[in-house]
Amino acid sequence: MYPYPFTYHRPGTIDETLALLADLGDEGKVLAGGHSLLPAMKLRLAQPGHLIDIGGLDELTGVREREGGLEIGALTTHHTLATDPTVAARAGLLAELAHVVGDQQVRNRGTLGGALAHNDPAADYPAGVLALDAEIVAVGPNGERTIPAGEFFTAFLTTALDPGELLVAVRIPDLPANTGYRYEKLANPASGYALVGVAAVVQLDDNGSIAQARIGITGASDVAWRAEGVEAALAGVQPDGESVKAAAAGVVDGVEMLADVHAPAEYRARVTRNLVRRAVLKAAERAKG
Amino acid sequence: MSDPETITMTVNGEQRTAAVEPRTLLVHLLRDEFDLTGTHTGCETGQCGACTVHLNGQAVKSCMVLAVQAAGQEVSTIEGVAPKGTLHPVQDAFWTNHGLQCGYCTPGVIMSTLSLLKERPDPSDEEIRHALEGNICRCTGYQSIVAAVKDAAGRLARGEEPQPIR
Repeated sequence: MYPYPFTYHRPGTIDETLALLADLGDEGKVLAGGHSLLPAMKLRLAQPGHLIDIGGLDELTGVREREGGLEIGALTTHHTLATDPTVAARAGLLAELAHVVGDQQVRNRGTLGGALAHNDPAADYPAGVLALDAEIVAVGPNGERTIPAGEFFTAFLTTALDPGELLVAVRIPDLPANTGYRYEKLANPASGYALVGVAAVVQLDDNGSIAQARIGITGASDVAWRAEGVEAALAGVQPDGESVKAAAAGVVDGVEMLADVHAPAEYRARVTRNLVRRAVLKAAERAKG
Repeated sequence: MSDPETITMTVNGEQRTAAVEPRTLLVHLLRDEFDLTGTHTGCETGQCGACTVHLNGQAVKSCMVLAVQAAGQEVSTIEGVAPKGTLHPVQDAFWTNHGLQCGYCTPGVIMSTLSLLKERPDPSDEEIRHALEGNICRCTGYQSIVAAVKDAAGRLARGEEPQPIR
Protein backbone atom coordinates (compact mmCIF):
# COMPACT_ATOMS: atom_id res chain seq x y z
CA MET A 1 0.00 0.00 0.00
CA TYR A 2 1.18 3.50 -0.68
CA PRO A 3 -0.32 6.98 -0.76
CA TYR A 4 -1.89 8.87 -3.62
CA PRO A 5 0.69 11.20 -5.26
CA PHE A 6 1.43 14.51 -3.57
CA THR A 7 3.90 17.40 -3.71
CA TYR A 8 6.47 17.44 -0.93
CA HIS A 9 7.69 20.59 0.83
CA ARG A 10 10.36 20.84 3.49
CA PRO A 11 10.33 24.35 5.00
CA GLY A 12 13.37 25.52 6.95
CA THR A 13 11.60 27.92 9.33
CA ILE A 14 8.28 28.37 11.11
CA ASP A 15 7.56 31.43 8.95
CA GLU A 16 8.06 29.40 5.76
CA THR A 17 5.71 26.78 7.19
CA LEU A 18 3.02 29.35 7.95
CA ALA A 19 3.38 30.80 4.45
CA LEU A 20 2.89 27.35 2.94
CA LEU A 21 -0.12 26.66 5.16
CA ALA A 22 -1.68 29.97 4.09
CA ASP A 23 -0.94 29.31 0.43
CA LEU A 24 -2.09 25.70 0.28
CA GLY A 25 -5.16 25.90 2.54
CA ASP A 26 -7.08 22.62 2.55
CA GLU A 27 -4.65 20.95 0.18
CA GLY A 28 -1.71 21.15 2.59
CA LYS A 29 -1.16 18.82 5.57
CA VAL A 30 1.65 19.11 8.09
CA LEU A 31 3.90 16.05 8.38
CA ALA A 32 5.77 15.50 11.64
CA GLY A 33 6.37 11.89 12.73
CA GLY A 34 3.78 10.75 10.22
CA HIS A 35 2.47 7.86 12.28
CA SER A 36 -1.12 9.06 12.15
CA LEU A 37 -1.03 10.81 8.77
CA LEU A 38 0.87 8.22 6.72
CA PRO A 39 -1.34 5.26 7.78
CA ALA A 40 -4.37 7.31 6.74
CA MET A 41 -2.74 8.23 3.43
CA LYS A 42 -1.74 4.63 2.71
CA LEU A 43 -5.36 3.60 3.20
CA ARG A 44 -6.27 6.58 1.02
CA LEU A 45 -8.57 7.88 3.75
CA ALA A 46 -6.52 11.08 3.45
CA GLN A 47 -5.39 12.39 0.08
CA PRO A 48 -3.72 15.78 0.63
CA GLY A 49 -2.20 17.24 -2.50
CA HIS A 50 0.72 18.67 -0.54
CA LEU A 51 2.71 17.54 2.49
CA ILE A 52 4.60 20.12 4.57
CA ASP A 53 7.37 18.21 6.33
CA ILE A 54 8.30 20.13 9.50
CA GLY A 55 10.87 17.52 10.54
CA GLY A 56 13.70 20.00 9.97
CA LEU A 57 12.37 22.70 12.33
CA ASP A 58 14.83 22.35 15.21
CA GLU A 59 13.19 25.21 17.10
CA LEU A 60 10.22 22.90 17.70
CA THR A 61 12.31 20.36 19.61
CA GLY A 62 13.41 20.54 23.22
CA VAL A 63 12.18 20.37 26.78
CA ARG A 64 12.57 23.76 28.49
CA GLU A 65 12.33 24.37 32.21
CA ARG A 66 10.38 27.45 33.18
CA GLU A 67 9.06 29.09 36.30
CA GLY A 68 6.11 26.97 37.36
CA GLY A 69 6.39 24.25 34.76
CA LEU A 70 7.82 22.86 31.55
CA GLU A 71 7.51 23.94 27.95
CA ILE A 72 7.84 21.02 25.54
CA GLY A 73 8.44 21.51 21.82
CA ALA A 74 5.88 20.05 19.45
CA LEU A 75 8.41 17.82 17.68
CA THR A 76 9.45 16.07 20.90
CA THR A 77 9.08 12.34 20.32
CA HIS A 78 7.27 9.95 22.66
CA HIS A 79 10.63 8.26 23.25
CA THR A 80 12.15 11.51 24.50
CA LEU A 81 9.18 12.17 26.77
CA ALA A 82 9.39 8.63 28.14
CA THR A 83 13.11 8.80 28.91
CA ASP A 84 14.06 12.44 29.58
CA PRO A 85 14.90 12.94 33.29
CA THR A 86 13.46 16.50 33.37
CA VAL A 87 10.12 15.25 32.09
CA ALA A 88 10.19 12.40 34.62
CA ALA A 89 10.86 14.87 37.42
CA ARG A 90 8.44 17.66 36.53
CA ALA A 91 5.80 16.07 34.28
CA GLY A 92 5.89 12.46 35.40
CA LEU A 93 2.36 11.71 34.18
CA LEU A 94 3.45 12.57 30.65
CA ALA A 95 6.51 10.32 30.95
CA GLU A 96 4.42 7.43 32.25
CA LEU A 97 1.91 7.93 29.45
CA ALA A 98 4.54 8.34 26.69
CA HIS A 99 6.13 5.05 27.76
CA VAL A 100 3.00 3.15 26.70
CA VAL A 101 2.16 4.97 23.46
CA GLY A 102 2.21 2.51 20.55
CA ASP A 103 5.46 0.58 20.65
CA GLN A 104 9.23 1.18 20.50
CA GLN A 105 9.32 2.04 16.81
CA VAL A 106 6.26 4.30 16.98
CA ARG A 107 7.72 6.11 20.00
CA ASN A 108 10.90 6.84 18.04
CA ARG A 109 8.98 8.76 15.36
CA GLY A 110 5.66 9.95 16.78
CA THR A 111 5.57 13.44 18.30
CA LEU A 112 3.62 15.16 21.07
CA GLY A 113 2.48 17.95 18.75
CA GLY A 114 1.42 15.60 16.00
CA ALA A 115 -0.57 13.40 18.34
CA LEU A 116 -2.39 16.39 19.85
CA ALA A 117 -3.08 18.10 16.52
CA HIS A 118 -4.43 14.87 15.00
CA ASN A 119 -6.61 14.10 18.03
CA ASP A 120 -7.24 10.44 17.37
CA PRO A 121 -10.06 9.25 19.68
CA ALA A 122 -7.74 6.49 20.94
CA ALA A 123 -4.58 8.59 21.34
CA ASP A 124 -3.13 8.75 24.84
CA TYR A 125 -1.96 12.35 25.14
CA PRO A 126 -5.38 14.04 25.15
CA ALA A 127 -6.22 12.27 28.43
CA GLY A 128 -2.88 13.33 29.89
CA VAL A 129 -2.94 17.00 28.93
CA LEU A 130 -6.54 17.29 30.12
CA ALA A 131 -5.67 15.87 33.53
CA LEU A 132 -2.61 18.14 33.72
CA ASP A 133 -4.54 21.28 32.74
CA ALA A 134 -1.87 21.92 30.13
CA GLU A 135 -1.81 24.72 27.58
CA ILE A 136 -1.26 24.25 23.89
CA VAL A 137 0.82 26.93 22.15
CA ALA A 138 0.06 27.69 18.50
CA VAL A 139 1.40 30.18 16.00
CA GLY A 140 -0.48 31.47 13.00
CA PRO A 141 -0.85 34.47 10.74
CA ASN A 142 -2.09 36.49 13.73
CA GLY A 143 0.84 35.54 15.94
CA GLU A 144 1.07 33.24 18.94
CA ARG A 145 -1.75 32.14 21.21
CA THR A 146 -2.28 29.62 23.99
CA ILE A 147 -5.26 27.28 24.11
CA PRO A 148 -6.17 25.54 27.41
CA ALA A 149 -6.32 21.76 27.02
CA GLY A 150 -9.96 21.85 28.17
CA GLU A 151 -10.84 23.87 25.05
CA PHE A 152 -8.53 22.10 22.61
CA PHE A 153 -10.21 18.77 21.78
CA THR A 154 -13.44 19.90 20.20
CA ALA A 155 -14.77 16.88 18.26
CA PHE A 156 -13.77 13.67 16.51
CA LEU A 157 -10.37 14.25 14.86
CA THR A 158 -10.91 18.00 15.33
CA THR A 159 -9.12 20.55 17.49
CA ALA A 160 -9.35 24.26 18.22
CA LEU A 161 -6.41 24.96 15.88
CA ASP A 162 -7.33 27.32 13.04
CA PRO A 163 -6.55 26.13 9.50
CA GLY A 164 -3.41 28.27 9.12
CA GLU A 165 -2.02 27.51 12.58
CA LEU A 166 0.87 25.36 13.67
CA LEU A 167 1.06 23.72 17.10
CA VAL A 168 4.52 24.63 18.39
CA ALA A 169 4.67 23.70 22.07
CA VAL A 170 2.81 22.42 25.11
CA ARG A 171 3.12 24.00 28.56
CA ILE A 172 2.76 21.70 31.54
CA PRO A 173 2.28 23.33 34.98
CA ASP A 174 4.06 21.81 37.96
CA LEU A 175 1.88 19.73 40.25
CA PRO A 176 1.22 21.15 43.74
CA ALA A 177 2.40 19.38 46.90
CA ASN A 178 0.55 16.24 48.09
CA THR A 179 -0.33 15.33 44.51
CA GLY A 180 0.01 11.99 42.76
CA TYR A 181 -0.70 10.88 39.20
CA ARG A 182 -1.35 7.71 37.23
CA TYR A 183 -2.07 6.74 33.62
CA GLU A 184 -4.08 3.50 33.31
CA LYS A 185 -4.55 2.02 29.85
CA LEU A 186 -6.12 -1.02 28.24
CA ALA A 187 -4.23 -1.20 24.95
CA ASN A 188 -5.19 -2.90 21.70
CA PRO A 189 -2.53 -5.66 21.49
CA ALA A 190 -1.77 -5.09 17.80
CA SER A 191 -1.90 -1.35 17.31
CA GLY A 192 -1.14 -0.27 20.85
CA TYR A 193 -3.96 2.26 20.74
CA ALA A 194 -6.05 2.84 23.87
CA LEU A 195 -9.27 0.90 24.02
CA VAL A 196 -9.68 3.06 27.11
CA GLY A 197 -7.05 5.31 28.72
CA VAL A 198 -7.50 7.20 31.99
CA ALA A 199 -5.15 9.88 33.31
CA ALA A 200 -5.71 10.89 36.94
CA VAL A 201 -4.09 13.65 38.97
CA VAL A 202 -5.13 13.56 42.64
CA GLN A 203 -4.26 16.05 45.36
CA LEU A 204 -4.84 15.08 48.98
CA ASP A 205 -5.54 17.40 51.91
CA ASP A 206 -4.09 17.07 55.41
CA ASN A 207 -6.69 14.48 56.42
CA GLY A 208 -5.71 12.28 53.51
CA SER A 209 -8.98 12.85 51.69
CA ILE A 210 -9.15 14.03 48.12
CA ALA A 211 -8.83 17.81 47.86
CA GLN A 212 -8.95 17.85 44.08
CA ALA A 213 -9.01 15.27 41.31
CA ARG A 214 -8.56 15.80 37.58
CA ILE A 215 -9.48 12.91 35.31
CA GLY A 216 -8.94 12.79 31.55
CA ILE A 217 -10.36 9.89 29.57
CA THR A 218 -9.54 8.75 26.04
CA GLY A 219 -10.44 5.81 23.82
CA ALA A 220 -13.92 5.30 25.22
CA SER A 221 -15.75 7.94 23.21
CA ASP A 222 -15.12 9.74 19.91
CA VAL A 223 -13.16 12.48 21.66
CA ALA A 224 -11.29 12.67 24.99
CA TRP A 225 -13.02 14.39 27.90
CA ARG A 226 -12.59 15.56 31.50
CA ALA A 227 -14.78 13.54 33.86
CA GLU A 228 -15.92 16.58 35.82
CA GLY A 229 -18.87 14.78 37.38
CA VAL A 230 -16.58 12.16 38.90
CA GLU A 231 -14.12 14.86 39.97
CA ALA A 232 -16.90 16.60 41.88
CA ALA A 233 -18.04 13.30 43.41
CA LEU A 234 -14.51 12.63 44.64
CA ALA A 235 -14.09 15.95 46.48
CA GLY A 236 -13.59 15.31 50.21
CA VAL A 237 -13.72 11.54 49.72
CA GLN A 238 -11.28 9.23 51.51
CA PRO A 239 -9.50 7.35 48.70
CA ASP A 240 -10.48 3.78 49.59
CA GLY A 241 -11.66 1.20 47.09
CA GLU A 242 -15.39 1.32 47.82
CA SER A 243 -15.66 5.12 47.98
CA VAL A 244 -13.74 5.66 44.77
CA LYS A 245 -15.73 2.92 43.03
CA ALA A 246 -18.95 4.63 44.08
CA ALA A 247 -17.73 8.02 42.84
CA ALA A 248 -16.63 6.52 39.53
CA ALA A 249 -19.91 4.68 38.94
CA GLY A 250 -21.44 7.44 36.82
CA VAL A 251 -18.34 8.28 34.76
CA VAL A 252 -19.85 7.45 31.37
CA ASP A 253 -23.31 8.87 32.06
CA GLY A 254 -24.26 11.15 29.21
CA VAL A 255 -21.16 10.16 27.18
CA GLU A 256 -21.62 8.07 24.06
CA MET A 257 -19.34 5.04 24.16
CA LEU A 258 -17.59 3.93 21.01
CA ALA A 259 -18.71 0.58 19.62
CA ASP A 260 -16.47 -0.94 16.96
CA VAL A 261 -14.58 -4.09 15.95
CA HIS A 262 -12.42 -3.83 19.07
CA ALA A 263 -15.16 -3.68 21.70
CA PRO A 264 -18.90 -3.08 22.17
CA ALA A 265 -20.10 0.02 24.03
CA GLU A 266 -20.90 -1.80 27.29
CA TYR A 267 -17.38 -3.20 27.46
CA ARG A 268 -15.83 0.22 27.04
CA ALA A 269 -18.17 1.59 29.71
CA ARG A 270 -17.17 -1.13 32.14
CA VAL A 271 -13.46 -0.78 31.42
CA THR A 272 -13.73 2.99 31.85
CA ARG A 273 -15.28 2.61 35.30
CA ASN A 274 -12.59 0.16 36.34
CA LEU A 275 -9.67 2.18 35.00
CA VAL A 276 -10.97 5.37 36.62
CA ARG A 277 -11.12 3.55 39.94
CA ARG A 278 -7.62 2.13 39.51
CA ALA A 279 -6.08 5.38 38.31
CA VAL A 280 -7.56 7.45 41.14
CA LEU A 281 -6.52 4.92 43.79
CA LYS A 282 -2.98 4.68 42.45
CA ALA A 283 -2.64 8.45 42.11
CA ALA A 284 -3.89 8.91 45.69
CA GLU A 285 -1.42 6.31 46.95
CA ARG A 286 1.41 8.13 45.22
CA ALA A 287 0.22 11.45 46.64
CA LYS A 288 0.87 10.05 50.14
CA GLY A 289 4.32 8.77 49.28
CA MET B 1 2.07 16.73 -9.19
CA SER B 2 4.71 14.59 -7.56
CA ASP B 3 7.89 14.95 -9.58
CA PRO B 4 10.68 12.53 -8.72
CA GLU B 5 13.34 13.88 -6.40
CA THR B 6 16.90 12.70 -6.26
CA ILE B 7 17.83 11.89 -2.70
CA THR B 8 20.94 10.59 -1.04
CA MET B 9 21.25 8.73 2.22
CA THR B 10 23.75 6.54 4.00
CA VAL B 11 22.62 2.91 3.97
CA ASN B 12 24.66 0.41 5.97
CA GLY B 13 27.57 2.82 5.89
CA GLU B 14 27.50 3.50 2.15
CA GLN B 15 26.21 6.59 0.35
CA ARG B 16 23.25 5.61 -1.84
CA THR B 17 21.37 7.81 -4.28
CA ALA B 18 17.99 7.28 -5.93
CA ALA B 19 15.25 9.15 -7.75
CA VAL B 20 12.01 8.68 -5.82
CA GLU B 21 8.49 10.02 -5.84
CA PRO B 22 7.64 11.84 -2.62
CA ARG B 23 5.13 9.09 -1.88
CA THR B 24 7.73 6.30 -2.10
CA LEU B 25 7.98 4.58 1.27
CA LEU B 26 11.40 3.92 2.76
CA VAL B 27 10.72 0.18 2.78
CA HIS B 28 10.09 0.19 -0.96
CA LEU B 29 13.21 2.25 -1.66
CA LEU B 30 15.29 -0.22 0.36
CA ARG B 31 13.76 -3.33 -1.19
CA ASP B 32 13.02 -2.32 -4.76
CA GLU B 33 15.75 0.20 -5.55
CA PHE B 34 18.60 -0.87 -3.27
CA ASP B 35 17.89 -4.62 -3.44
CA LEU B 36 18.02 -4.91 0.35
CA THR B 37 15.23 -7.43 0.63
CA GLY B 38 15.97 -8.53 4.19
CA THR B 39 13.55 -5.85 5.35
CA HIS B 40 10.03 -7.25 4.87
CA THR B 41 6.55 -5.85 4.30
CA GLY B 42 3.93 -7.55 6.45
CA CYS B 43 0.80 -5.70 7.51
CA GLU B 44 1.62 -2.43 5.72
CA THR B 45 -0.38 -0.61 8.42
CA GLY B 46 2.45 -0.01 10.85
CA GLN B 47 1.61 -2.72 13.36
CA CYS B 48 3.62 -5.88 12.66
CA GLY B 49 7.16 -4.43 12.56
CA ALA B 50 8.49 -6.77 9.85
CA CYS B 51 9.73 -3.62 8.12
CA THR B 52 11.79 -2.40 11.09
CA VAL B 53 15.13 -0.73 10.27
CA HIS B 54 17.31 1.80 12.08
CA LEU B 55 17.03 5.47 11.18
CA ASN B 56 19.85 7.43 12.82
CA GLY B 57 20.35 4.53 15.19
CA GLN B 58 16.72 4.23 16.29
CA ALA B 59 14.35 1.40 15.39
CA VAL B 60 11.58 2.64 13.09
CA LYS B 61 8.96 1.02 10.88
CA SER B 62 10.18 1.73 7.36
CA CYS B 63 6.71 1.27 5.86
CA MET B 64 5.65 4.31 7.89
CA VAL B 65 8.49 6.60 6.78
CA LEU B 66 8.70 8.31 3.41
CA ALA B 67 12.00 7.83 1.61
CA VAL B 68 12.29 11.63 1.36
CA GLN B 69 12.10 11.88 5.15
CA ALA B 70 15.28 9.77 5.30
CA ALA B 71 17.20 11.95 2.83
CA GLY B 72 20.56 12.90 4.27
CA GLN B 73 20.05 10.51 7.19
CA GLU B 74 21.63 7.21 8.23
CA VAL B 75 19.74 4.01 7.61
CA SER B 76 20.78 0.54 8.81
CA THR B 77 19.11 -2.66 7.69
CA ILE B 78 19.48 -6.31 8.70
CA GLU B 79 22.04 -6.75 5.94
CA GLY B 80 24.32 -4.26 7.65
CA VAL B 81 24.21 -5.77 11.10
CA ALA B 82 27.34 -7.87 10.62
CA PRO B 83 29.96 -8.20 7.86
CA LYS B 84 28.88 -10.41 4.97
CA GLY B 85 29.47 -14.08 5.70
CA THR B 86 29.29 -13.62 9.46
CA LEU B 87 26.56 -13.66 12.07
CA HIS B 88 26.24 -10.94 14.68
CA PRO B 89 26.01 -12.29 18.26
CA VAL B 90 22.34 -11.28 18.29
CA GLN B 91 21.71 -13.24 15.09
CA ASP B 92 23.58 -16.25 16.45
CA ALA B 93 21.63 -16.07 19.70
CA PHE B 94 18.37 -16.21 17.73
CA TRP B 95 19.64 -19.24 15.88
CA THR B 96 20.83 -21.20 18.90
CA ASN B 97 17.73 -20.34 20.95
CA HIS B 98 15.32 -21.18 18.12
CA GLY B 99 14.03 -17.61 18.29
CA LEU B 100 12.55 -17.93 14.81
CA GLN B 101 10.60 -20.46 12.73
CA CYS B 102 9.51 -19.11 9.36
CA GLY B 103 11.84 -16.16 9.79
CA TYR B 104 9.55 -13.55 8.25
CA CYS B 105 9.38 -11.32 11.34
CA THR B 106 12.98 -12.01 12.30
CA PRO B 107 14.90 -9.20 10.63
CA GLY B 108 12.49 -6.73 12.22
CA VAL B 109 12.75 -8.43 15.61
CA ILE B 110 16.54 -8.33 15.44
CA MET B 111 16.60 -4.62 14.51
CA SER B 112 14.30 -3.84 17.45
CA THR B 113 16.46 -6.03 19.70
CA LEU B 114 19.64 -4.20 18.70
CA SER B 115 17.96 -0.90 19.46
CA LEU B 116 16.78 -2.18 22.86
CA LEU B 117 20.17 -3.58 23.87
CA LYS B 118 21.90 -0.34 22.96
CA GLU B 119 19.70 1.50 25.43
CA ARG B 120 19.26 -1.28 27.98
CA PRO B 121 22.19 -3.71 27.90
CA ASP B 122 20.68 -5.88 30.66
CA PRO B 123 16.90 -5.90 30.15
CA SER B 124 14.41 -7.85 32.21
CA ASP B 125 11.92 -10.16 30.51
CA GLU B 126 9.28 -7.49 30.93
CA GLU B 127 11.47 -4.82 29.37
CA ILE B 128 12.22 -7.14 26.45
CA ARG B 129 8.54 -7.82 25.85
CA HIS B 130 7.74 -4.11 26.12
CA ALA B 131 10.45 -3.22 23.61
CA LEU B 132 9.22 -5.88 21.18
CA GLU B 133 5.52 -4.93 21.30
CA GLY B 134 5.92 -3.47 17.83
CA ASN B 135 7.08 -6.79 16.34
CA ILE B 136 4.38 -9.38 15.82
CA CYS B 137 5.36 -13.04 15.37
CA ARG B 138 2.85 -15.66 14.23
CA CYS B 139 5.11 -18.68 14.75
CA THR B 140 7.06 -18.69 17.97
CA GLY B 141 4.72 -17.53 20.72
CA TYR B 142 7.55 -15.15 21.72
CA GLN B 143 8.99 -17.31 24.52
CA SER B 144 12.00 -18.36 22.46
CA ILE B 145 12.41 -14.79 21.20
CA VAL B 146 12.71 -13.54 24.78
CA ALA B 147 15.24 -16.29 25.53
CA ALA B 148 17.23 -15.31 22.44
CA VAL B 149 17.30 -11.65 23.47
CA LYS B 150 18.46 -12.54 26.99
CA ASP B 151 21.20 -14.71 25.55
CA ALA B 152 22.16 -11.93 23.13
CA ALA B 153 22.40 -9.42 25.98
CA GLY B 154 24.82 -11.70 27.79
CA ARG B 155 26.93 -12.22 24.67
CA LEU B 156 27.21 -8.48 23.99
CA ALA B 157 28.11 -7.87 27.62
CA ARG B 158 30.96 -10.40 27.27
CA GLY B 159 32.18 -8.55 24.18
CA GLU B 160 31.33 -11.29 21.67
CA GLU B 161 32.09 -10.41 18.05
CA PRO B 162 30.49 -11.47 14.73
CA GLN B 163 31.56 -14.99 13.77
CA PRO B 164 31.72 -16.63 10.34
CA ILE B 165 28.51 -18.46 9.44
CA ARG B 166 28.99 -22.15 10.21
